[in-house]
Amino acid sequence: MTQPAAPQEVWITGIGLVSSLGEGPAPHLAALAAPPAPVLDEAGFAPFPIHPLPALNLDAQIPKRGDQRQMEPWQRLGTYAAGLALDGAAARALVGDMHLLVAAGGGERDAALDEQVCAAIAGLPPAEAAVRLNEMLASGLRPTLFLAQLSNLLAGNVSIVHGVTGSSRTFMGEEAAGADAVRIAALRLAEGRGGIALAGGAYVAGRWDMLLAYSGAAGVLWRGPGSVPAAERQARGGGMVLGSGGAFLVLETAAYARARGTPGIARLTTIAATASRRRDADTALAAARRLAAPLLPRLAPGYAVVSAGTGIAAPHAAEQEFLAWLRDGGAAQGAVATTGDHIGHTVEAAFPASLALAALLVQAGRAPQALVSGFGMWRGEALALVEPIPESEA
Amino acid sequence: MSSTRDHLGRPVVAVTGIGLVTPLGVGVAENWAALTAGRSGIRRITRFPTAHMKTTIAGQVDLPEEAGRAMPPSSPERVERMGTIAAEEALAAAGLGGDRFPGPLFLGMPPVEVEWPQRLELARRAQGNTGGAVRYPDLIAAAEGRQDLFEGFLYGGIAERMADRFGTEGAPISLTTACATGASSIQLGIEAIQRGEATAALCIGAEGSVQPEALIRFSLLSALSTRNEEPTRASRPFDKAREGFVMSEGAAALVLESLEGARARGAEVLGLVLGAGERADSFHRTRSNPDGGAIIGAMRAAIADAGLAPAEIDYVNAHGTGTPENDKMETLGMLAVFGEGATPPISSNKSMIGHTLSAAGAVEAAFSLLTIRHGVIPPTINHETPDPAIPLDVVPNVAREARVRRVLSNSFGFGGQNVCLVLGAAE
Repeated sequence: MTQPAAPQEVWITGIGLVSSLGEGPAPHLAALAAPPAPVLDEAGFAPFPIHPLPALNLDAQIPKRGDQRQMEPWQRLGTYAAGLALDGAAARALVGDMHLLVAAGGGERDAALDEQVCAAIAGLPPAEAAVRLNEMLASGLRPTLFLAQLSNLLAGNVSIVHGVTGSSRTFMGEEAAGADAVRIAALRLAEGRGGIALAGGAYVAGRWDMLLAYSGAAGVLWRGPGSVPAAERQARGGGMVLGSGGAFLVLETAAYARARGTPGIARLTTIAATASRRRDADTALAAARRLAAPLLPRLAPGYAVVSAGTGIAAPHAAEQEFLAWLRDGGAAQGAVATTGDHIGHTVEAAFPASLALAALLVQAGRAPQALVSGFGMWRGEALALVEPIPESEA
Repeated sequence: MSSTRDHLGRPVVAVTGIGLVTPLGVGVAENWAALTAGRSGIRRITRFPTAHMKTTIAGQVDLPEEAGRAMPPSSPERVERMGTIAAEEALAAAGLGGDRFPGPLFLGMPPVEVEWPQRLELARRAQGNTGGAVRYPDLIAAAEGRQDLFEGFLYGGIAERMADRFGTEGAPISLTTACATGASSIQLGIEAIQRGEATAALCIGAEGSVQPEALIRFSLLSALSTRNEEPTRASRPFDKAREGFVMSEGAAALVLESLEGARARGAEVLGLVLGAGERADSFHRTRSNPDGGAIIGAMRAAIADAGLAPAEIDYVNAHGTGTPENDKMETLGMLAVFGEGATPPISSNKSMIGHTLSAAGAVEAAFSLLTIRHGVIPPTINHETPDPAIPLDVVPNVAREARVRRVLSNSFGFGGQNVCLVLGAAE
């Protein structure tokens, strides 16, 4: 569904971005201009290459060690990135009435315990295995691990650590959750339900439990060198290279930002999302075209494209066709960047991360506009358009 | 005829379909009869062995298709099945059955992950006849070609299949706000209609987590009742001897429409959703701030969003989990919002169905609407020893006839996510 005519303009005023390239805007903007060699861990989760987490000074964003201990890497990463966004927007004092929308998968399982249990009981008769399972879980699971696993506890930790308490909603559903978290945040601001929101997500790539969930399907996980870009992977059967990353955005109505004298990074002109069934005539390409139709007349020559795509064959092909259709239909297209080629595919964080890169591009004056396109690994199509905030308005 | 715009000029949101599945039964009629009779749906767990567990009772919904299956349905399968049953009932009531629903789907549900039956099946294949160590890479090798595992355990998989089945519009949203999840799904539907993004929304809360690991995890947090010898008496919200909640499962679905749209197509309006309020707490992962600020804020915000004063609320459908902490905090919220001596009756249907977690907010919104329609307040059963610290009319043990026009339904979750809804009479 496309965002209806909105009475309130929405700006991106803060960005919290963490990936294997580092943290903050600088390394990411630099990578878009002159891509460095991607940072990869090819061995740790072989045969799957991943982009690992960078070293984080957790104390800087999660000052209480007790809070750090209550979380596993996924929640820590998200909470850390959320804090960077708040700092970037200079919005620490505004958290009491700030809306929070988080796109989440789940937290880390205790992989060692899983392996112990599998080894111990897989060969037992079912009734015996069931009893032994209870015994091993009841004595082996750490009580606090449950909270570190709960999907909504990334948001819970952002509330606890950073004090964001206006509201709290967690969306699940892979890439689509990331787009919808930002979309619903922007819609609520646009219709006057509050002035400021924090939206985003995080993903930790180095996780056997998640790799297991994705590994069953053919062509979803790439098993070759991680440095092969999406376009080349496509030609060799496709597949995604997962990346560790956290991406949060502070969104504000223009009026709210102006009133507190915040210049803003970019205007979020449009964000729209849908989900085609990807069968028969209900294709991802057709769905994306419908989302883009209202945007076509707005596109300015030289607009950049930031793809949040996966590199999985079918959605990647659909996205390429979509971008070609855009080129045929209107303004001259500028540079196309694929976020995953730089930081890996960050699943729930992929769309927010790509939106962050798009906002940085237009803020830096490298493009008159930037279009973010997202084609999820299984379902979900999303688009966003960001534009510079004219100096006279800021 | 009342206005189709509310006090803020927004479209009034009507409920035209309700569907329910709980341990008390399948369908609105069965549930309402059991609920007003004060019957408990809690029993000993029969789904799996409970040796080594501190808690051995739960609310369980037995799906017809699970008898005779080698591998039990996974939690996501249960969520999808119960959510679908509830949605079908709601859509039939609304006269919107078929494969084209004119609005989006909001599905409140628990997190998803590969579960033990699947993991152990892969481990057996990995071990072959040799036994011995099994590492994750071995499980992954054994999972090759298992598209069913991929699609079955995607976070967005359930909502996608339901969106396909019911033909809802746009991207379905799957969401979780812990124990407030079901209420959040309704809130998203209200907002989509109020902002004119849609004229209808299918809002579902569903839960299917009665399985060994989930039960043990809650147990390790000391959140569950251990009154195993008396399952039907274990869930005792507001009672002095309360000692934890009872895990349960089920689903509820509401068809929301703009009142204007519902009238235009001649649909029967079952009730109205007058308002919603939310507030997050920053105090602790499993406990509310002792000042009750977020709970009080969410209750007040919902009442204000409905354009009402506290005195206009006739009844409160409690979050009422039966944990010592929740019921104390909810009492604090009641006294702060309504004032001492001015609190309306409050009851907890969790005393009968247990805590349906991700479904609870939607189940309780459905029961709130039925309370209004039938003029009967369901009781809080197992209320044997009043807690002097809870000076509330909790409608103890026996249902009560009452004229109820407006209900506040509370949902408070782990992680500090609090959502309250105000439901109202159709006219």
